[in-house]
Amino acid sequence: MSYQVLSSPHVHSENNTKRIMTDVLLALLPSAIAGVVFQGIRALIVILCCVAAAFVTEYIYCLIRKKKNTTGDLSCIVTGLLLAMSLPAIIPYWFAAIGAVFAILAVKLASGGLGKNIFNPALSGRAFLMLVSPYYVSRYALYGQKLSVFSPADVMTGATSLHEMQFPILPTASFPDMLLGSTSGSIGEASALLLILGGAYLLRRGVISWRIPAAYIGVTAVLTLLSSHDQAAVPWMLSELLSGGLLLGAFFMATDYASSPVTPAGQLVFGVGCAVLTVLFRYIGIFPEGVTCAILLMNAAAPMLDRICAPRRFGFVKGEDK
Amino acid sequence: MKELFSGGVHPADKKEMTRLAEVRPVSAPPEVAVPLRQHIGVPCQSLVKIGDSVAVGQKIGDGEGMCVPVHASVSGTVTDIRPVVIPDFGEVDAVIIQNDFQDRHIEYKPCPDPEHLDAAGLAAIMREAGITGMGGAGFPSYIKLSGAAGRIDTLIINASECEPYVTADDHLIRDHTAEFLKGAAILAKVLKPEKTFIGIEDNKPEAIAALKEAVSAYPEITVNVLPTKCPEGSEKHLILACTGREVPAGKLPVDVKCLVFNAHTCYSVSQAVYEGKPVTSRYVTVTGECIKNPSVFLVPVGTYFSHLIAEAGGLTEDAGRIVIGGPMMGFALSTLDVPLLKGSSSAVCMPAIRPVEDPVCIRCGKCVQVCPMHLQPCSINAAWTRKDFEWLSELHATDCVDCGCCAYTCPAQIPLVERFRAAKRAIKEAGK
Repeated sequence: MSYQVLSSPHVHSENNTKRIMTDVLLALLPSAIAGVVFQGIRALIVILCCVAAAFVTEYIYCLIRKKKNTTGDLSCIVTGLLLAMSLPAIIPYWFAAIGAVFAILAVKLASGGLGKNIFNPALSGRAFLMLVSPYYVSRYALYGQKLSVFSPADVMTGATSLHEMQFPILPTASFPDMLLGSTSGSIGEASALLLILGGAYLLRRGVISWRIPAAYIGVTAVLTLLSSHDQAAVPWMLSELLSGGLLLGAFFMATDYASSPVTPAGQLVFGVGCAVLTVLFRYIGIFPEGVTCAILLMNAAAPMLDRICAPRRFGFVKGEDK
Repeated sequence: MKELFSGGVHPADKKEMTRLAEVRPVSAPPEVAVPLRQHIGVPCQSLVKIGDSVAVGQKIGDGEGMCVPVHASVSGTVTDIRPVVIPDFGEVDAVIIQNDFQDRHIEYKPCPDPEHLDAAGLAAIMREAGITGMGGAGFPSYIKLSGAAGRIDTLIINASECEPYVTADDHLIRDHTAEFLKGAAILAKVLKPEKTFIGIEDNKPEAIAALKEAVSAYPEITVNVLPTKCPEGSEKHLILACTGREVPAGKLPVDVKCLVFNAHTCYSVSQAVYEGKPVTSRYVTVTGECIKNPSVFLVPVGTYFSHLIAEAGGLTEDAGRIVIGGPMMGFALSTLDVPLLKGSSSAVCMPAIRPVEDPVCIRCGKCVQVCPMHLQPCSINAAWTRKDFEWLSELHATDCVDCGCCAYTCPAQIPLVERFRAAKRAIKEAGK
């Protein structure tokens, strides 16, 4: 009889990749459902298109490249769902699906697959769609219309809170509306409260650390408080935090493992960088929204942040450990 | 309770399987194989020939230089001297003794004047008694003692036993509290530290209670109850927890004026000085999901694990892995025909597992959070995969102490410790 010889440690925690991805999906689910409830069945079809496109792309890629089928780790589902949630419900279905194909193929798989992408795939997909057609990505249905499955062309579009704040004026939507989701916006961005709950769930489960969301949201709050365009400072700051993709970005996009730093100090700097860039893009950029570009730019800086923010070595004083 | 070092993990304790077990001597093994090297350093030369009759405690191997003698653990006849394969030590010559079941002992000569022992005198006794680090590493204890004499202000007895499942030191301290403390006291007496700590994790309430009661006779010794966390028993982290000092990579405890002895080692010192007995047996936890009667035994050194397993009722049908020394840092046996060493604290029997095929790092960074050496295991893994030695050096891969926290926590279940061992070997060879 011969026994199995493996390296230590011989015990393992209950962590596994699939469990983490399942947790992320569970955390996103309430916001996704809210998006469908508030914006109509069309939102659900957009979500399904993105998820299916992401899944099929990865499946076929593995088949063609004769690689192990990696769709089982569920990360492609997360990417598809995140992308859909960052899009307006009136986006053409085929266009949304192209974004998902780009995210999986050009961003994730081309860099070597899970964990190796420099940029967040979902946000890259969104950025790609914005470059191809800003029109499709920045038209939002006026709040209150339930979108049906077909023909969104005649739908009335309206301004989101962020659009209004470009003037700059405080948004017309009330804070309870912003919290609960009764405003115009992307599928997953509408309900701030559910996004916060989802983020809290991820924190509680240890899937994400507090550092990136805390630094991102905290610094955004401080910056918008200090520079509120002559509007009432606190309502202005709250409007900035509750509208657009900030919460979705801070809890679900900026915390993406592969494209954010792993070192604690690096994560804090990363969050601060996301905040500064987001405010910069929102205040002086050509689009009302700045989260996508802010996080993508910080993604590029993540490897460098890990290098310069390495933790102090055990037994050495920081800076003297050569 | 306050955490005393950053990082670390909390694996399921599993000590309850044997925590309340009654310790008993294992039934006399028909044959033992006493390896001539159970320590870091030069192997012993055999002092006996095939056919010789030996008694328990008789020295059967010794050598020059960094060497620690070994002793017969049963009485009987030497039937062979042949190589055996031991995890972590490789192929080592062992003296095979056929047990005559007479349990004949040599005449033990206690130290006549322990009150006036100095460091050199105690080191000589420890060497003769064959004392090596009984926590697993197997470093010759007398060398540690001699090297530290006059250079330390803190002596620490490591009773933390942070490995899950293992309860050998816990039971030893409970059964022999007085002898254990006498060992700590004699070490403190010759080393003259300002402070002597017994570091013990808070998951051993019976041992802590026994120690706290008995320690009142020794005002110089403090029982330091520590939060349960791996790798609390790592020398460097125990020193940090007790003194707030960090031993830098490549340095020794003595460089921060500390010295650490394992609890079982400390007990053996007491036995050597006050009873004149060398190390011929030790406490061993035989446990795990795949053993029928999890037990704690007093076992002669050189007893085969097959005998130990049989004593504990045998394996269950699904047994697939036999791990000695604890599941976080221990070694897996491929066969049970392996003799017990002075440093083997346990045999943990577990079902086989199917390792994840081609595991992929998702860069979740959990390994960075738990690394008690403050390294970035995921980046070291990436650097090693690319064989980027410059990056490995920038990441200080050689600081890794193999504690297993990263691999334990890794959601992708990458065998990080195995890879880092290979990386460290390659770095060492490249540096030559």
